[in-house]
Amino acid sequence: MQDKDLNVIIATDCGSTTTKAILIEKKGDTYRQTFRGEAPTTVEAPFEDVTRGVLNAITEVEELSGRKILDGEKVITPNNGNTGVDVYVSTSSAGGGLQMMVAGAVKAMTGESAQRCALGAGAIVMDVLASNDGRADHEKIERIRQLRPDMVLLSGGTDGGTVNHVVELANFIRAADPKPRLGASYKLPVIYAGNNKAHKEINDILGSKTALVITENLRPVLERENLMPARHKIHDIFLEHVMQQAPGYPKLMKMVGAPIMPTPAAVGLMTEKFARANNYNVLAVDIGGATTDVFSVFSEIFNRTVSANLGMSYSVSNVMAEAGVQNIMRWLPFKIEDQEVRNRLKNKMIRPTTIPQTQEDLQVEHAVAREALRLALAQHKALAVGLKGVQQERSISDAFDQTSSGQSLINMMSLNYVIGSGGILAHSPRRIQSALMMIDAYQLEGVTMLAVDSIFMMPHLGVLAQINEKASLDVFYNDCLIKLGTNIAPKGLAKEGEKILDWEIKAQSGNQSGELRFGEIFIVPLSDENAEVILKPAKSFDVGAGKGSRYEAKIQGGTVGVIFDGRGRPLELPKTEGKRVESLEKWYKKLNMYP
Amino acid sequence: MAHAYSPGLKVVPFITLRKKRMLPIPGKVLYEKGKEVDALDTVAQTELPGKVFSVNVVNRLGIEPSEIRNYMLKKEGDQVKKDEVIAETKPFLGLSFLKSSISSPITGTVESISEITGQVLFREPPKILPLHAYIKGKIVEVEENFGVVIEADGTFIQGIFGIGGEVNGEIKVAVDSPDVDLKPEDIKEEYRGKVIVGGRHAGLESIKKAIKVGASAVVVGGIHDKDLREILGYDIGVAVTGTEKIGITLIVTEGFGHIPMSDYTFKLLKSREGEKASVSGATQIRAGVMRPEIIIPGAPGSDVKKKEESRGWIEVGDQVRIIREPHFGIIGTVTQLPSELQAIATESNVRVLEVKLENGSKIVIPRANVEIIEK
Repeated sequence: MQDKDLNVIIATDCGSTTTKAILIEKKGDTYRQTFRGEAPTTVEAPFEDVTRGVLNAITEVEELSGRKILDGEKVITPNNGNTGVDVYVSTSSAGGGLQMMVAGAVKAMTGESAQRCALGAGAIVMDVLASNDGRADHEKIERIRQLRPDMVLLSGGTDGGTVNHVVELANFIRAADPKPRLGASYKLPVIYAGNNKAHKEINDILGSKTALVITENLRPVLERENLMPARHKIHDIFLEHVMQQAPGYPKLMKMVGAPIMPTPAAVGLMTEKFARANNYNVLAVDIGGATTDVFSVFSEIFNRTVSANLGMSYSVSNVMAEAGVQNIMRWLPFKIEDQEVRNRLKNKMIRPTTIPQTQEDLQVEHAVAREALRLALAQHKALAVGLKGVQQERSISDAFDQTSSGQSLINMMSLNYVIGSGGILAHSPRRIQSALMMIDAYQLEGVTMLAVDSIFMMPHLGVLAQINEKASLDVFYNDCLIKLGTNIAPKGLAKEGEKILDWEIKAQSGNQSGELRFGEIFIVPLSDENAEVILKPAKSFDVGAGKGSRYEAKIQGGTVGVIFDGRGRPLELPKTEGKRVESLEKWYKKLNMYP
Repeated sequence: MAHAYSPGLKVVPFITLRKKRMLPIPGKVLYEKGKEVDALDTVAQTELPGKVFSVNVVNRLGIEPSEIRNYMLKKEGDQVKKDEVIAETKPFLGLSFLKSSISSPITGTVESISEITGQVLFREPPKILPLHAYIKGKIVEVEENFGVVIEADGTFIQGIFGIGGEVNGEIKVAVDSPDVDLKPEDIKEEYRGKVIVGGRHAGLESIKKAIKVGASAVVVGGIHDKDLREILGYDIGVAVTGTEKIGITLIVTEGFGHIPMSDYTFKLLKSREGEKASVSGATQIRAGVMRPEIIIPGAPGSDVKKKEESRGWIEVGDQVRIIREPHFGIIGTVTQLPSELQAIATESNVRVLEVKLENGSKIVIPRANVEIIEK
């Protein structure tokens, strides 16, 4: 669709609890988000029709904007004066999203590629099955039988290689005879994206028992992944099978002007577009009540992971189980018994919709968020890696750089931009709280810009990017991102009070300069404008150009400003409780974190 | 907005309940519509397909996968006994010392033989899975091949969190008031098979004692998360429970910590002491909320009227329980429901309500932090 045809857009995101609609209008040369509305999602009884919630959310936009968008249950297109829109697009994560099981011959090779493929398509990966996953055969079969995925992605072997492992996995799937999650009446879709030599055997084994779809190998040779064909098949099946079973979706699919995308796939696409348009390395996170999604684009490679049980309400207790209660307590600027923290978090788990009412309780939630973000990034780092099993050709210069195959692509020093979304980051009472949660959890290094997506508009913009990239990027810059500012954290360790950095900020609003000493953290105000920073670190500190090297970078200001973090990397909190509480109190006070 | 939606836990003296009892996979329903059933009657049953085991025959015999059928003594669908020979080599001139053979790892059937991997899959015989009625009542619906719906009149009490599966037993109130702790010495040997009702809190030793005497269940106001971890051996991450095998079903009515059981719940349980209850600890907080429950069939007294469906929102005059620090567990009456957002101590702007406490004082708290007490 051409830009000239597209002046008014309505977009919805059908989440598990809320359906959000936004109206986007072209003002001069720029697209802006103008009105929004929301309504409870209506996938569950008594409505069991997702379009009810969609119509309610759009009706709210109609009321606020004065534009007539609906004619009964139809979206009026195209726009004409104050009536209608040019296109309606939507994403969906209602009904538990897209749940998949993936299988690959070798866990660290095709198993991981299959996992990356499914995650990138917006799925929740329930389990990764592999010939060498350490489980006995009968345990694997039991597991397949217990899970009720929406679909299975089976891969294994390079093209023309051995067929044994993948045939064995196919036999296990057949023996387990798994049933799809929704609608017992249809066959479970299985996508085969493995060794092309095994097509006949796979068809013989699974053809009659499952809805088998054969596509290109996602790892045709060890050195290369080819994830897109299988990802497209996942989307096709998501629309053709899974969505058809969900209440009201067949109707919704007729209303939209572009295919419905799973919400995380749309967020991923938006992250990719943003990174590419600016030539940035980007990390985006969406921390919800139950799950945390992490998206990254490093050196133009996109990755997504879902930490299915790391979240702030339903999964809050799992954050404690995985991180350990002591790791949560280390962020609290007061003394408290671990039994008290344990009971509070369990009480949040059983009553997940309650909200903190005291400063102390808010700080406990912020401590949990740091740990959830930290763990989700660790999981992301483990999957966002170079291809394993690949012999690397090394030049003379590489020989000094001891990289091995399968190294994580995530490098905090080369990260340019972090975007946070989800209640705890988007709605924290003070923006500095969101900024410091991300700085602490990710231990940001060097120069990193920070923003939050306050009303979680990225899904809408991602699905819009499919048909009009300019419109989605315009709104993304102007309305979606709330820029917090930039964090500057020299990497290295020194004695408390030692000078570690000389800095200079050149901005239109005026130039500023100063120094940073080890152990301190402070903010230099810089409102929403672009600026240049010149950094001269001490000889054992690195801010992006190597130890002791001067570094210049373009930065942005925002609601927080420029944060100079001299606490050192890796950030080591004092070991004793008294000292630790004292340091936290000092830092939080300096940053004006809490009243 | 004149009301807020805050569903609470149901604590109802007398209500008509319907319980859906469905098999996970199709099977046979054993009762007809209209029949009366007891809690322990099997209402439906099915066969769970047996476990699958694999043996790589070609590796062990040192042959090629494509030749596997020449060495197999059994074919797909054949019955096998554990240790029965299922494949063997044919040695030159029949020299038996050169012969190698492979036997079946289980008693069951041969599921598949692969000429590509050389693997043979075996399946154990199916297991019978019986489905109990769980509550005493009348069958009002039959879903062919899947199960039944049972209707019963009785007392219905929901807890906030539980562990352990469905059990039955007589109600035994082991403490004098809802605000005292259930101590180990309160639990007597004769409480075997009973549903023990405690007050404010049950510590690790009390729960252990209840398991030791063989009680069916413990129902109490609060427990410590630390003790829960000790009992289970792990930290519960996500609240999906009901399958724990710890020898008892545990139901917490209020939350974690020392929290007196609501007076109303305690008195209701006391009024039904000595009667048979059906109890389940199964809790699920995501996707279709499920809370643990205590169901006591039969009328609690002649003057009690059956309860209609709840309205599901809060109005001025409703009794609510505060469910977050710093007033956790306190009960009060709603006096105001202002519609404007208000800043609370965290500096968040949220919807609030005003609650009058039992001591006469009034406090303003977020609406998200109360639940209605449904009677």
